[in-house]
Amino acid sequence: MAGLKTRKQQRLVVVSIALTSLIGATLLILFALGGESLSLFLQPSDVQKRNVAVGQNFRLGGLVETGSFSRLDDGLTFRFTVTDCLANQPVEFTGILPDLFREGQGVVTEGALNESGVFMASTVLAKHDENYRPPGTMPKEEGQCSHPDDQAAAASYAEG
Amino acid sequence: MAGEIGHFALLLALMFALVGATVPHIGAARGNAAFMALADRAILAQFAMAAVAFAALTYAFVTSDFSVVNVATNSHTLKPLLYKISGTWGNHEGSLLFWVLNLTLFGALVSWRGRKLPLRFRSRVLAVQSTLILGFLLFIIFTSNPFLRLDPAPFEGNGLNPLLQDPGLAFHPPMLYLGYVGLSVAFSFAVAALIEGEVTPLWARWVRPWALLAWVFLTGGIALGSWWAYYELGWGGWWFWDPVENASFMPWLVAAALLHSAIVVEKRDALKSWTILLAIIAFSLSLLGTFVVRSGVITSVHAFANDPARGIFILAFLAIVVGGSVTLYAWRAPKLAPSGLFGVVSRESALVVNNIFLSTFAAVVLVGTLYPLFVEASGAGQISVGPPFFEYAAAVLMSPLIVALGIGPLLAWKRGNVSRSVQIVFPALIVGFVAAIVLVWRTSGDFVMTAFGLGLAAWLVSSVLLEIANRLRLRKGASIASALRKITRAQWGMSMAHMGLGFILLGITISEAFTTEELTVMAPGDTVDVAGYDFTFEGVAPIVGPNYTAVRGFFTVYEGETILTSLMPEDRVYSNPVMTTTEAAIYPLFSGDLYAVIGEAASSGRWSVRLYFKPMISGLWLGAFMMMVGGVLSLSDRRLRIGLPTGRKARVSGASA
Repeated sequence: MAGLKTRKQQRLVVVSIALTSLIGATLLILFALGGESLSLFLQPSDVQKRNVAVGQNFRLGGLVETGSFSRLDDGLTFRFTVTDCLANQPVEFTGILPDLFREGQGVVTEGALNESGVFMASTVLAKHDENYRPPGTMPKEEGQCSHPDDQAAAASYAEG
Repeated sequence: MAGEIGHFALLLALMFALVGATVPHIGAARGNAAFMALADRAILAQFAMAAVAFAALTYAFVTSDFSVVNVATNSHTLKPLLYKISGTWGNHEGSLLFWVLNLTLFGALVSWRGRKLPLRFRSRVLAVQSTLILGFLLFIIFTSNPFLRLDPAPFEGNGLNPLLQDPGLAFHPPMLYLGYVGLSVAFSFAVAALIEGEVTPLWARWVRPWALLAWVFLTGGIALGSWWAYYELGWGGWWFWDPVENASFMPWLVAAALLHSAIVVEKRDALKSWTILLAIIAFSLSLLGTFVVRSGVITSVHAFANDPARGIFILAFLAIVVGGSVTLYAWRAPKLAPSGLFGVVSRESALVVNNIFLSTFAAVVLVGTLYPLFVEASGAGQISVGPPFFEYAAAVLMSPLIVALGIGPLLAWKRGNVSRSVQIVFPALIVGFVAAIVLVWRTSGDFVMTAFGLGLAAWLVSSVLLEIANRLRLRKGASIASALRKITRAQWGMSMAHMGLGFILLGITISEAFTTEELTVMAPGDTVDVAGYDFTFEGVAPIVGPNYTAVRGFFTVYEGETILTSLMPEDRVYSNPVMTTTEAAIYPLFSGDLYAVIGEAASSGRWSVRLYFKPMISGLWLGAFMMMVGGVLSLSDRRLRIGLPTGRKARVSGASA
């Protein structure tokens, strides 16, 4: 195993290793980004517009419609409606809901539609703050629909 | 009153930063020693002012001075003292002030310990540091002032998010900030070296401890955050590949690359311009992370008050810092003296391999994190890049790194001998293979990737042990005790950190593949079997805490007939602000964690519960802790101690000690 004699050769080796690794990484990205790791982020009105196929995974974001929440008899399955005030999307989730899940609050869920058009959520994402609304969970137009919680929060922050 | 003092101190700090960022450069350009020496005094003055401002804000939080908007929005009189203090940095404005405090503190440390650095170079470093401080101070004063008043003052504050009222999270953000800010020192050294056009081994001796310190803090910060997510959010996971998590992970990867490449600069005077570039990238990624976190441009589950004006300011600052330093790099780096030579098979090459994989991984994470932005900008709608992408990238890029990691430390500098090194670690190769094959056999071929991961972890841990054994063998004649003492702290540090990586890999691989989860409803008296452990639900009881009420569930866990432990998960309802949180109950066994979460009441006295057995998950926390200990050991090595002026003297005294 002979060592390298000149600076040029050394540089050539280092550069070629780096290039190979970069090309490998690029291929990796292209390959992986084409697959299942990408999921669309849609609001209920987008879901209607796009005619999303049954079984295709995507993220659904919006507000949990007030009065839509119910629990099935098994105690573990929940039904609620996610709305962006233009359209409603019924959602079913089995599991323990995150702490910040509340009617009238923003929510992000991940899953797919079933044959009857219900969004079967595999995860409901926890947000870490009650005042934080991820982009894409808000109604498209300001003031389109409002919730008592929002107004209370807005009032307490009005000063300053 | 404290608010006004703090506000005034901020403005004074801004003035000092302005002086500190300009005058030393003029002095260095004209050869005026007095101007250059001003850098030291300017940085100390900035530190003093930042400390006053931070103390004023802390005072306002501790005394619950609700005439300050920031306190009124984020604190409450009933909050325990620890969380009143941690509330200071638990919000956007306060955390930025904390950033500035640390930027000035680290600048002051460079000035204090760096008396022996050439005045010219030191003043350049401090001037660059002052420029960064200036940027942050402008940001605070124009968009995020923590001292704004509220008139009339409310009688009670809004309280801190209860999820953040947790010891793990009280210290998670400051550790991350210390990490980011530690990288700012490496950045300042890199830019100063580019301006001066000279990179010496002494430069690397200076940069490495800072990179190492930053890396230790980042490791701690990330581990704490992940541990908190594990026991507080109650979903059993610990990492989500969320943009905000990635924002802290990318600087960590690059800092790890930097602290390895700085070794090559120090020992072999090679890889100089690459190391400079890494130092620039590491801090730029920290800033980018701040931008992502604070501007809300990317959908994340994490919470921060978002404000477009802030986003634009950080973006502009980012553009100036990155654009400026990279332009400077393009202009000056070719002028650096050419590097030392090394063979294809050598310690240097092994470290180059380390750097290529770590930085490629960082680049891939960056692409995955920002990809949704580009897609959205091109009008194709909102998308998100999920965990499969990152997990795939981690497997592909980290596996060869770990294979190489077993051999790298055994290769000699300049020209190594592969066959000799492989001979030494051959037993580790066998251990790895056997571990993998046994797992495949026991699971009848269902877990090939898990077996691969387990094999890698076994290979890594045993090759580190063999490497230590080899060091002992090299000192024939000496007793084992004295041979053990001869191993330097830096070497122990390296072995610890590498072995920590092995444990982390072990924890991830085994817990991901073999976690048992039971989601069910239970009535008092019911028993559920989770991976051979019987969880008996005893019932619930109401609990009253200092600022919350809770439902506490009682589980007794049996292994066969013997009682192992009782688990008491809680579902808390905080009063200020009104919010529910989950407190998972966790009992760590050597083989894994017993984990219980209580949900809501179902019909007829039953409760929804989620029970887990997570094998080997403690490997994660143990491994991260070992990495930190390794980093601290290496930092405490005489040879690398911060501020040590020359290598030779120290090495002589180290050898005679």
